[in-house]
Amino acid sequence: MSSARILEVRDLQVTYDSARGGVRAVDGVDLNVHRGEFVGVVGESGCGKSTLLFAIAQLLSPPAAITGGSVLFSGRNLVTLNDKQLRAMRWRDYSVVMQSAMNALNPVRSIGQQFQDTLEAHRDTPVSDDRAVEVMRLVGIDPIHLKSYPHQLSGGMRQRAMIAMALLFTPDLIIMDEPTSALDVVAQRSLMVQIKELQRELGFAVIFVTHDMSLVSHFSDNLLVMYAGQVAEIGPTRQVFDSPAHPYSRGLLDAFPSIRGPRVELTGIPGSPPDLAQPPTGCRFHPRCPLVKERCLVEEPALYPVGTAYARCLWHAPHSLSLSDPIPLQIAVETA
Amino acid sequence: MTDLTTVPDATATSPRPPLLEARLLTKHFSIGGGFFGRKKLHAVDDASFVINRGEIVALAGESGSGKSTIARLLARVYKPTAGEIYYDGQPLSRMRTRRSSQAYRSDVPMVFQDPFSSLNPAYRVSHGIMRGLRLHRPDLRTDAARSAEAARVVEAVGLFPAADILERYPHELSGGQRQRIGFAQALAYRPKLILADEPVSMLDVSIRIGVLNLMSKLRAEAGVSFLYITHDIASARYVADRMLIMYAGHIVESGPTESVLARPKHPYTQLLLSAVPDPRAPLTVGADTDRGEPPKVVDPAPGCRFRFRCPLAIEVCHEVTPALRLLGVGHTAACHVAEPDADLAPATGAPTETT
Repeated sequence: MSSARILEVRDLQVTYDSARGGVRAVDGVDLNVHRGEFVGVVGESGCGKSTLLFAIAQLLSPPAAITGGSVLFSGRNLVTLNDKQLRAMRWRDYSVVMQSAMNALNPVRSIGQQFQDTLEAHRDTPVSDDRAVEVMRLVGIDPIHLKSYPHQLSGGMRQRAMIAMALLFTPDLIIMDEPTSALDVVAQRSLMVQIKELQRELGFAVIFVTHDMSLVSHFSDNLLVMYAGQVAEIGPTRQVFDSPAHPYSRGLLDAFPSIRGPRVELTGIPGSPPDLAQPPTGCRFHPRCPLVKERCLVEEPALYPVGTAYARCLWHAPHSLSLSDPIPLQIAVETA
Repeated sequence: MTDLTTVPDATATSPRPPLLEARLLTKHFSIGGGFFGRKKLHAVDDASFVINRGEIVALAGESGSGKSTIARLLARVYKPTAGEIYYDGQPLSRMRTRRSSQAYRSDVPMVFQDPFSSLNPAYRVSHGIMRGLRLHRPDLRTDAARSAEAARVVEAVGLFPAADILERYPHELSGGQRQRIGFAQALAYRPKLILADEPVSMLDVSIRIGVLNLMSKLRAEAGVSFLYITHDIASARYVADRMLIMYAGHIVESGPTESVLARPKHPYTQLLLSAVPDPRAPLTVGADTDRGEPPKVVDPAPGCRFRFRCPLAIEVCHEVTPALRLLGVGHTAACHVAEPDADLAPATGAPTETT
């Protein structure tokens, strides 16, 4: 990707203050997003993907707070900006589309009135008078629905209206948190195709968070697989799908029954994500990993290059694991 | 290959009636307006289907298509507007005594979608299971016997150690574990048929498979039948022997899972299948023009309910509601245009499923 880098996340850390001490929900995440790029962020619930997204958008509220790192966006470090400065940038330079449009829209104001609120908050940024009508057409809703209230629209239309609102000022970046998870599969597919078309037309970048890895398989350029607050694997989407380098990515992929391939028994990923107040020693994925070796229990992996991707797994470390390494006792017993 | 031995042959060859059969099941709801301007929402119209012993039947369709209404009709939460449900050959409408309804409820329990709101947060896990046992299992006379049975069902759904799990509160369990408790509660009744309404849609992708495998296991070990309601076709394929596809209150297609998926007859089924994301397959274009807006079925005129979205609609589709026609082996679809499989004997063109 040769185009300009618009977002640069460096060593970002988010900590939740809890009675048991700080819980680091996002731990040292690096991410670059280029103009017009589509980045998918996937992982199980509790892996920190939504927290990451809220941290990038500066929408965290106590007890969560950014405790380290930077978020460079159009030349400014968002982490250091105050509310007023951020308010000026929101909607105009970047916008956020939330998971549930039903809750994100005000039920007692019409769609048009809510667009007007956003436009008025940025009176210094001139847009054409009928911008609201334009964006409604862009997302394929009859502008007559500007007079409608959220409850009069179907779930798919509400989600489209949210995206229309996010496009009012044609921002450089749109951050989306599972915008299609409440939709049926046909509506979901249609919305994904449309987001992709708008992106091609208008050139904005998208960070798209989802727990459904298959959803982004055909739409994202790059894929970030998160586990336990860290990047487990990051790389070109096709490469991650075709040859996942991290056992966790492989596990996520294998958790999907296929509707076309052979009908085989699947296992999913045994166990559940770790308690981040006490993350496992060594590799955080080791308690659930089918390829675990003794070294994984003690040595913390870094992100190692694998082809054009990076994976946080000791199998890809410069002095990587080999089959001759001793297998931990409990695993040996199970496979015997 | 597809296991065709599990395909139902309805009542004809078997001496016993099917475990459960719905005939022309219909449910309308009155909505809106004043007393005179009452409109009818047609949630389910003329649904006929059979669930056999030890069979997993998937009921798939978009939200608002009537899937959950069918589950609630079968669970006797709603009374049908018309039509009849036969359980083991007996019509439910003539089941009047308290004892017989209670027996039906324990034979046909329901597992709900949301494992976070279907368990009472104020009580330990054991509470719900023991309560079910007291109500539905008169054969267990002592608390000790009931406790042993509670431990058995908790282990049957794959939770260990049972004694520890039973002492926990719902908030101490993960989503997947809670959903397993939902199945354990149902299992405590020694059910014949579990109505599972979207049991995995609220769960993380990584643990869905575990719950689906649990359904297969309970069928294999306890011979329980399932009505698996879902909008996820891939998971339906994974567990189900047969599939029913619903659209706007009608069952539009029915048949062995592999047959429906390999040779979908109804244009809606084809649309649904083309929209399923499959990372292992290249991107197919086809569903892109369809917005996925489901119709509102208020006082519908006759005609196919899919006709406004259908690329194949012809004149007759606007006038005549299509009935299910046999178009493949054990495979029916309600479409005027769909073609039968080539290997289907030409004599069998008549509607089926209404036995």
